[in-house]
Amino acid sequence: MPFIPHTEQEIAEMLQAIGVDNINALFEEIPSHLLAGELAGIPEGMTEMEISRLMHARASQHPQSICFLGAGAYEHHIPSAVWEITTRGEYYSAYTPYQAEASQGTLQLTYEYQSMMTAMTGMDVSNASLYDGASALAEAVLMAVRGNRKSKSRKILVPTTVHPAYRKTTHTIVRGQHIELCEVAYDATSGVVSLDAIKQRAEAEGGDVTAVVIQQPNFFGNLESVDEITDWAHEHDILVIAVVNPLTLAILQSPGEWGATGADIACGDGQPLGAPLSAGGPYYGFICCKQELVRQMPGRIVGRTVDLDGKTGFVLTLQAREQHIRRSKATSNICTNQGLVVTASTIHMSILGARGLENAASACHANTVSLVAQLSAVKGVDCAFNSPYFHEAVLKLSKPASEVLAALADRNILGGYDLSMSYPELGSAILVCATEMRTEEEIGAYAKALAEVIA
Amino acid sequence: MLIFEHSRTGRKGAPQSPKQKASVADIPASFLRKERAALPEVSEMQAVRHFTRLSQKNFSIDTHFYPLGSCTMKYNPRACNKLAMLPGFLSRHPMAPEAQSQGFLACMYELQSMLSNVTGMAAFSLAPMAGAQGEFAGVAMIEAYHRSRGDDARKEILLPNSAHGTNPATATMCGFSVREIPSLENGDVDIEALKKAVGPQTAGFMLTNPSTLGVFERQIETIAKIVHGAGGLLYYDGANLNAILGKIRPGDMGFDVIHSNLHKTFSTPHGGGGPGAGAVGVAERLKPFLPLPVVTKEGENYRWMTEKDLPDTIGSLSAFMGNAGVLLRAYVYMRMLGREGMVRVAEFATLNANYMMAEAKRRGFELAIPDRRASHEFIITLKNEARDLHVSAMDFAKRLLDLGYHAPTTYFPLLVPECLLIEPTETEAKEALDGFMAALEQIREEAKINADLVKGAPYTLPVKRLDDVRAARQLDLAWKASPAE
Repeated sequence: MPFIPHTEQEIAEMLQAIGVDNINALFEEIPSHLLAGELAGIPEGMTEMEISRLMHARASQHPQSICFLGAGAYEHHIPSAVWEITTRGEYYSAYTPYQAEASQGTLQLTYEYQSMMTAMTGMDVSNASLYDGASALAEAVLMAVRGNRKSKSRKILVPTTVHPAYRKTTHTIVRGQHIELCEVAYDATSGVVSLDAIKQRAEAEGGDVTAVVIQQPNFFGNLESVDEITDWAHEHDILVIAVVNPLTLAILQSPGEWGATGADIACGDGQPLGAPLSAGGPYYGFICCKQELVRQMPGRIVGRTVDLDGKTGFVLTLQAREQHIRRSKATSNICTNQGLVVTASTIHMSILGARGLENAASACHANTVSLVAQLSAVKGVDCAFNSPYFHEAVLKLSKPASEVLAALADRNILGGYDLSMSYPELGSAILVCATEMRTEEEIGAYAKALAEVIA
Repeated sequence: MLIFEHSRTGRKGAPQSPKQKASVADIPASFLRKERAALPEVSEMQAVRHFTRLSQKNFSIDTHFYPLGSCTMKYNPRACNKLAMLPGFLSRHPMAPEAQSQGFLACMYELQSMLSNVTGMAAFSLAPMAGAQGEFAGVAMIEAYHRSRGDDARKEILLPNSAHGTNPATATMCGFSVREIPSLENGDVDIEALKKAVGPQTAGFMLTNPSTLGVFERQIETIAKIVHGAGGLLYYDGANLNAILGKIRPGDMGFDVIHSNLHKTFSTPHGGGGPGAGAVGVAERLKPFLPLPVVTKEGENYRWMTEKDLPDTIGSLSAFMGNAGVLLRAYVYMRMLGREGMVRVAEFATLNANYMMAEAKRRGFELAIPDRRASHEFIITLKNEARDLHVSAMDFAKRLLDLGYHAPTTYFPLLVPECLLIEPTETEAKEALDGFMAALEQIREEAKINADLVKGAPYTLPVKRLDDVRAARQLDLAWKASPAE
């Protein structure tokens, strides 16, 4: 009986205390014709030895390829201590810290996390996390609609340089509330969205726009003109939602520094700060904002306070925003967040510090510059855009991207992300990335393999 | 002490990043950060010690009995964690080619299949990242279903008044209005009220069964008839699936769509607040609307379904594959239980709850619903103690912490005054249950002699009772480097 401690004698004693003869009698209120028979479609139970053998076999079906694939999930070094501490049972197997006195570890850690995220993003307030970057953007859009009382339109400008999966997810989540996502096309030469294009789209929508979303670096890796867009938006009472990669903020201007007054909401995916690729999750979404929007924030927030003796302690606060109190009038339905990954991320940021993150982020940039130089020197490979970029870039290929990537995969190289589905106008194009994990030898090997494949 | 207070300017950690900063001179200065972020500057050992010490300030399943009603705090087997964190899974990029991901995809496919089987649904999507997102997906599918039939007038979601807060919040997010249906004193839904409430405006009825009142809804077939008869769909909130796992299947009860909290029933860790996973299952007629991604099998090969396979999908809920690592943990757990183990989960969770309820009664506590069989959880109401001894359910909860037990869920469901919602789960031994009941009795005795003792609890934890009002009024949500520090 896996994980069930009862002895036969205890079962008998317990049944006697209840006053029934057998366990099945406890289910007597269920109409008997509804009871399930044997679950034929489910295999018999396995011992830990057996399941261990199976999972090792399954995991070994995945070749260890050299990863030049980014597009929202990045292979970074994670200190060994991070997940050693994170998977301590006291973090791993604790519940949401509703009983504050018995949860000071998680609560203080979350307060420290919030402090670190506000420092990285240059914003005033952070919540305790959302699910992932894509759903965090959806929550940011909902928050902007609640927070911008000067706008009635519920229209959000979204450049197509925002991650396609983020746009899709946001559409899924906000469409029920009659919010319109208005796409703004990017400039074909620079691979960024121009302020003129944003202005034109705003005018075409009648001038009343609730918020504009800007991803920095954008999905192509290029750097958007965030200052002028932010200033223009604020002149027109439009809120600015920044979608950022938190690791790049060790080097790049923080959203709080955008334009004269900073972005209003900053969100994104915390994966680059301590979460392994892990087939897509769990990562975590972060969301930070200016002080004046704090009551529109979704999800849990930890505050510092004192106990009866005046000693410092931490609690969940502003709970009147949340579903368990406000029910149908809550800011969001979110309940569970991604606490354990936040735990890892907080330890990760503490061990690396701002300097360590700076070194890692700058190495990502330098490696990608080297990668782009070597790959674009291959015949049949060209840079798609002429803008400054951070640690991803778009390359145009003379052969179909899917064929090239498949041939590279056979050589155990994940060569990048095929852009032809989401951006057919680019023709055959891939998005490449070299994090701090890539060596010059690996970059050279990629260039050599690409030359063979594309020849 | 905060991690920031261990910080000293210029202190460096271990060699955990490239040794030097690489050149970023090719990036125009206007894009660069002006000031370094104020992260702590500590050594690796200081960080390890700080976060290890913090962990010791937590209650957890690994350290304490944690009978939190409606949360299913059962043992999280370590094998699930270890096997989900094998390098072959951890290093897999979410967009790695399918041909190089067959091991992972096989696990996901079999997980979908086992979930369908144990819940009696036609198909499952593993996309939602938590219960609330599963609810969102489920209600969005209900909306898409009615819309696909041109049935546009269905703007209302019905809920029992015992529902979790996420249910009404979800309905609102999906653009529905909400109407509550009262529960009877015996815990069942008021059928007459339901009959009056349904109509051409009814999109669906969201129900948790067994309910949050800790009893099985006996009229479930009648409810299904009423809701379906009015053209609505029946939604199963899987928060309490642990109570009936393998015993009775939501699909057989007439539910059209369900979400399952894998972090409850399938024992993935709660992690101090997540990550969870809220897989959604559907009956045949809702299959076209499932959220992506879904894994399918062709011959011997597994692949992702796309919008070409499911053109009417409600869409995606995350950038990639939901909480993949959580799903792997649930997969390992389900394979270890197997078909025989799943039924035992329900049986022993129910045995433990009913034993505790019998013990509560024997020790003179008042039960919220005394004449019914408990499901996997039950409710004590402390309204008499509150009236006679002037100690509240919250006082009991805090005093329990001193005695080494995590408190049960308090003040939920909202309709029972001064309540404790107690869910022991199947993984607790009889002596833990006895110890907890003895502790409750001890607290009542303490309150008779000295109510202030109970009202002042806890005494043995890192902090005493915390000032929530001050936290909300004088917001301090982030440490800032300032002279005041």
